[in-house]
Amino acid sequence: MSTVVDVSGLSAGYDGAPLAIDDVSLAIEEGDFLGIIGPNGAGKSTLFACMLGLLHGYDGTIRFFGRDIRDSPSYRRSVGYVEQRPAFDRNFPATVREVVRMGAAQGPGGWPWRRGGGGSLRRSCSCLCRRPWGREAGGADGEDRVDRILQDMWIHELADRRIGELSGGQLQRAFIAKALAAEPRVLVLDEPVTGVDAASTDLFYGILRNLNGSGMTIVWSSHDMDAVGSLATRLACLNRRLFFHGDPRRFFSDKELVRQYSEASMQEHMHDHCCCSPAADGQPGGRGPQGVRGGAGQKAPAPAPPPGGNGGRA
Amino acid sequence: MSLEIFEYGFMQRALASGLAVAAACSVIGLFLVLRRHSLFGDAMAHASFGGVAAGLAAGIYPIWAAYAVSVASALAITRIRQRFDLSGEAAVAVLLSSGIAVGLVVISATGGFSVDIFSFLFGSILLVGTTELVTMVALASAVLAILAALYRQVLHATFSEGQARAAGIRVEAVDYLIVSLAGVVVVTAIQLVGILLISALFVIPNVTAIMYGRGFKQTAALSVAFSATAVVVGILVSYVLDIAPSGTIVLVAIAIMGCTLGARSAGLLRGRRGSIPVRARRGRSA
Repeated sequence: MSTVVDVSGLSAGYDGAPLAIDDVSLAIEEGDFLGIIGPNGAGKSTLFACMLGLLHGYDGTIRFFGRDIRDSPSYRRSVGYVEQRPAFDRNFPATVREVVRMGAAQGPGGWPWRRGGGGSLRRSCSCLCRRPWGREAGGADGEDRVDRILQDMWIHELADRRIGELSGGQLQRAFIAKALAAEPRVLVLDEPVTGVDAASTDLFYGILRNLNGSGMTIVWSSHDMDAVGSLATRLACLNRRLFFHGDPRRFFSDKELVRQYSEASMQEHMHDHCCCSPAADGQPGGRGPQGVRGGAGQKAPAPAPPPGGNGGRA
Repeated sequence: MSLEIFEYGFMQRALASGLAVAAACSVIGLFLVLRRHSLFGDAMAHASFGGVAAGLAAGIYPIWAAYAVSVASALAITRIRQRFDLSGEAAVAVLLSSGIAVGLVVISATGGFSVDIFSFLFGSILLVGTTELVTMVALASAVLAILAALYRQVLHATFSEGQARAAGIRVEAVDYLIVSLAGVVVVTAIQLVGILLISALFVIPNVTAIMYGRGFKQTAALSVAFSATAVVVGILVSYVLDIAPSGTIVLVAIAIMGCTLGARSAGLLRGRRGSIPVRARRGRSA
């Protein structure tokens, strides 16, 4: 197995707030199903923002397939991302199929305006040679792929409905389908089942299990420890610093470790509410992911790694 | 009304240019409406008023000056909006008032209002010459071709900026593209309906189409159809009744929207959230 993502010494924060993540190092192997758990403000979304290149001001390095993402921005073609609560206008006139097709456009073949992924005359010309309204030459394969993904996500019958008509669970599956349409090698999911009912959540977990079974590398943040324990093949406990990274069975079978992590998370949470500004909760002050590097003096107290634990690479 | 009016050269040019501009206005306007920048077209038209005035004062063909000012001011206000986190409506207000202010100052300094200025304010579609027709059709086609080629990227960035950014799309570049194209279309359409009524062609057909359309392509096609209908019917009615064509075009577009709203209120149109009226759905869940 090859290393897909290698995060080393990553620290990042936002204007005027303590570091959201501090000296985090972890490696994700091909085919891994990495569950990332942590309380609100633990830095899960910040970690993802750094991995996706949305947050540039960070210390440390992030390598995708062995290459630093700052030197090789085209890595994003290999990453599918589903955000926590996808922000879009519920009245937007687009069918589910059209939304999934938007994802297909970012797959192999690329587009001329991708950050770092375009610029070549050949690519620009190939884009302009597409047929009007985005139907690419030889697009039957693309349509077949979209149909197959819609079926895999159990939303094929909803393909021609407006995206805003879908329920929470259906929406998340539609956005996973959109991410998969790009044929990614890694799927990054930021608390994807927040606000989704139990039946839809179970269906969603089944889909994730199937995807991972077919070889897809999945990085998934969640508050649902039970689900992470049963689905993930690797676990990362984040609380600004990496508290644990390894086999989830080892973590959940060690009651003392779980207790220490819970206490540390609680202390961190109380510290945020008593001592820090609202921005310290890992929120960028409502300004979007435009973080800047935090100073050395801004580091918040982080929980100590467990005695004898592997608070870094497993 | 006999069919011989279609044999008049001025009428053929008016209809051809009107249809080309209507299509371009509808498609670029749909992106603006969905980005909640409905009045951006209006603001750019007002900004181009400054360009028209400057062009007339400097002896340059005013439409070319208007193209330059419209696109440049749209790019500038977009840059300012991105750099200083200015809201869309504030940007529209700044652009709108500054364009009119520049126009008024230039006009007052160079001898006051003239017939030329009024033709730009209210449009003069029946006076479109062959050169203007070729220019309008070429520009409208170019705008539509660019949007068709980059359709998915622009649609993705319009649908959700956050998702588009995460997918690696340069959302800022898409913003600049949209406003530049809108600037070109606005000035092209000024000759049709004038500066004061331009936003009607950008907004009204799209608001109507969004009520009918299920997907984006369907909505865009409906918008073009409504806009084209308004232009053709408006020009013909204005000719027969000898009234202002620009105002008639806009009134026809409003009439189409009114009929749509009426049909929807009467339950003849399928609601956007399914065929079950909201009230009935509530009753069922209770």
